[in-house]
Amino acid sequence: MSETISPPIPQSKSGIRLSSHSRMFLFPILFVGTILFFLLELGIGSVHIPISGVIAALFSLEGADSTWIKIIHELRLPRTIAATIGGAALGTAGLQLQTLFRNPLAGPWALGLTAGAQLGVALVVTAAAVVGSSFLENFAFLGNLSIVSGAMIGCLLVLFLIVGISRKVSTITLLIFGLMLGYLAQGLISVILHFTNQSQTKIFAGWNDGSFAGVYWEHFPVLLPLTISGLIIGWLMAKPLNALLLGENYARSLGISIRNSRMITLASAVLLAAPVTAYCGPILFLGLIIPHLARGIFNTSDHKILLPAVMLLGSLIALAADLFVHLPWERHFLHLNAVNALIGAPVVMWVILKNKRMRGFEL
Amino acid sequence: MKPIIRLKNLAIGYKHRKETTVVARDINVELNKGELVCLLGPNGAGKSTLMRTISGAQKPLKGQVLLDNEIVHQLSARQLAKKLSLVLTERVQAGMLTAYEVVALGRYPHTDWTGKLSPKDHEQIQWSINMTGADELAGRVLSELSDGERQKIMVARALAQEPEVMILDEVTAFLDLPRRVEIMQLLRKLAHDTGKAILLSTHDMDLAMRSADQIWLLPKGGKLHVGAPEDLVLNGTFEQAFISEGVSFNRFSGAFQMQQTKEDAVQLSGEGEEAVWTRRALEREGFVVTTIAKRKVEVVVRNNQFTWILTENTQSQEFDSIYHLMSGIRKTRETVNKAATH
Repeated sequence: MSETISPPIPQSKSGIRLSSHSRMFLFPILFVGTILFFLLELGIGSVHIPISGVIAALFSLEGADSTWIKIIHELRLPRTIAATIGGAALGTAGLQLQTLFRNPLAGPWALGLTAGAQLGVALVVTAAAVVGSSFLENFAFLGNLSIVSGAMIGCLLVLFLIVGISRKVSTITLLIFGLMLGYLAQGLISVILHFTNQSQTKIFAGWNDGSFAGVYWEHFPVLLPLTISGLIIGWLMAKPLNALLLGENYARSLGISIRNSRMITLASAVLLAAPVTAYCGPILFLGLIIPHLARGIFNTSDHKILLPAVMLLGSLIALAADLFVHLPWERHFLHLNAVNALIGAPVVMWVILKNKRMRGFEL
Repeated sequence: MKPIIRLKNLAIGYKHRKETTVVARDINVELNKGELVCLLGPNGAGKSTLMRTISGAQKPLKGQVLLDNEIVHQLSARQLAKKLSLVLTERVQAGMLTAYEVVALGRYPHTDWTGKLSPKDHEQIQWSINMTGADELAGRVLSELSDGERQKIMVARALAQEPEVMILDEVTAFLDLPRRVEIMQLLRKLAHDTGKAILLSTHDMDLAMRSADQIWLLPKGGKLHVGAPEDLVLNGTFEQAFISEGVSFNRFSGAFQMQQTKEDAVQLSGEGEEAVWTRRALEREGFVVTTIAKRKVEVVVRNNQFTWILTENTQSQEFDSIYHLMSGIRKTRETVNKAATH
């Protein structure tokens, strides 16, 4: 009689699916993978440092090479941490947006949130140029709190717009709307940048390329608290997000407050997407594809599994992409977004082809 | 009989800006435990509005909905979810969730903020799946199930919520007949076996009349009529409710038929299944079957074969199937009608 009832092993027509046991097995694998790429990212670059040297330098062990310590601590570690955080944050924000909007192609970039943040940053930069602040002197304009605020406000404004129309329009219309918002923001940005001087435009262009390399230690006191609180809030919302998988009417009938869940989750998405965009520039595709990869690997839509999964997988993929960018190429550096597009575009194509709702007119 | 839901002087409808549209008013009715109640009515009569008002999704214009002596519209979403569960028409897209995981979502009002399921929750989920006869579906992914199987899982989910009342809005709308019958039988069984009150709105008059313990009939702009299906037939409520819809209700067959412009009487003699189905065919054709009429149809057995004999104005014709009888009777009616107009 003491036999406990356990859920049946999920099956599908295409064969037995993963049981919860083998799912739990995947987390350690992803974790080890993330650590590995973290160390590789620290070791590989124009100066090659072996893994043992990386570990010694990382913890400043005795006998560690002082040059290596300097390279790792001052140059590579901030960038690597930024990639780890950035990937986790964008992946989580993407998952939240896809579930909330019930839209498989939603993401911070696809819905125009990134564009909103870009516009916000452009406005702040221009304002600074017009007012004539000392931004440029120490090249610290990216470190300034005002940049984050600009990104957040831009992000929020776009979000309000998107939430406003999302109830009235179909999945595809919403995506096209988001895309157009992106173009609109780009247009506004180039108009705005006319009012700044050339060197500032150049800095903006550099930021606009999207890279984890622009993050320094002094940025973390702002970046970390925001993104970590965003992640924690995101995790707390796993239950309502699961209920929302059934649609808003059913979620409401399960006692979930739709309004509150939406507000809190969207706030979390902004806390995640805006600071990362502010410091790393617009990073394309990651927020969109990571949730899909997580669903594919873990074979579930359960947010209690997906939320930790997108974090780990997000870090892993961001680290891998960034590693690919700064491999010691002989000629010049690759752009992060180019690498993201190479991984991301095929994933998006696959999602469109696979998803009946996206393909047909039955939205 | 214990009423679990009581509608008191309820007026339902919409408020848009300053304009108020009343859909139905003066609704006073009780929903009892252990009963399956079907809400019927023509389109636009306000079935959905009434369902939405009872389930707390919409505020009443006047009056109250009492659930267990508490006012539904004053309960928190969570309190309400513990007592009342919903199944809707909409086709659910639940990503990669399995049927079991979907049923498990029904436990949400009873779990803490993490949504963690206790062994007791799993027991309740298993029981609900078992009660709905969905054991074989439990491990499958919801998106791979057929419409009927999916609705069954949604019913199981509503049951796992451990409600006092289950409200189902047009849940059989997209199902084929066998699936509709199956779901209705299931709901009837659930109401009787588990003591839950089940309120279901449907367009399927015939099935509702065969399954429901009670019918709530909501005619356009009228008053809600309540009673056993048979009572409503006998006291003429059905005929009244659909009188403007271009159909008439046949009290003998318990079915609706197209309104006849000219009543033709037929006298039918014969016994058994053949007579019953011949009668249906005649009614389909617009004839009224009476005990004495000039036009006669006889069903007889001749050489171990059924034969239909049509007698009209002392002329007799024989047919070997109902199909041929019908084409024959159509011809004679035409000639009679022509003669009448000349």
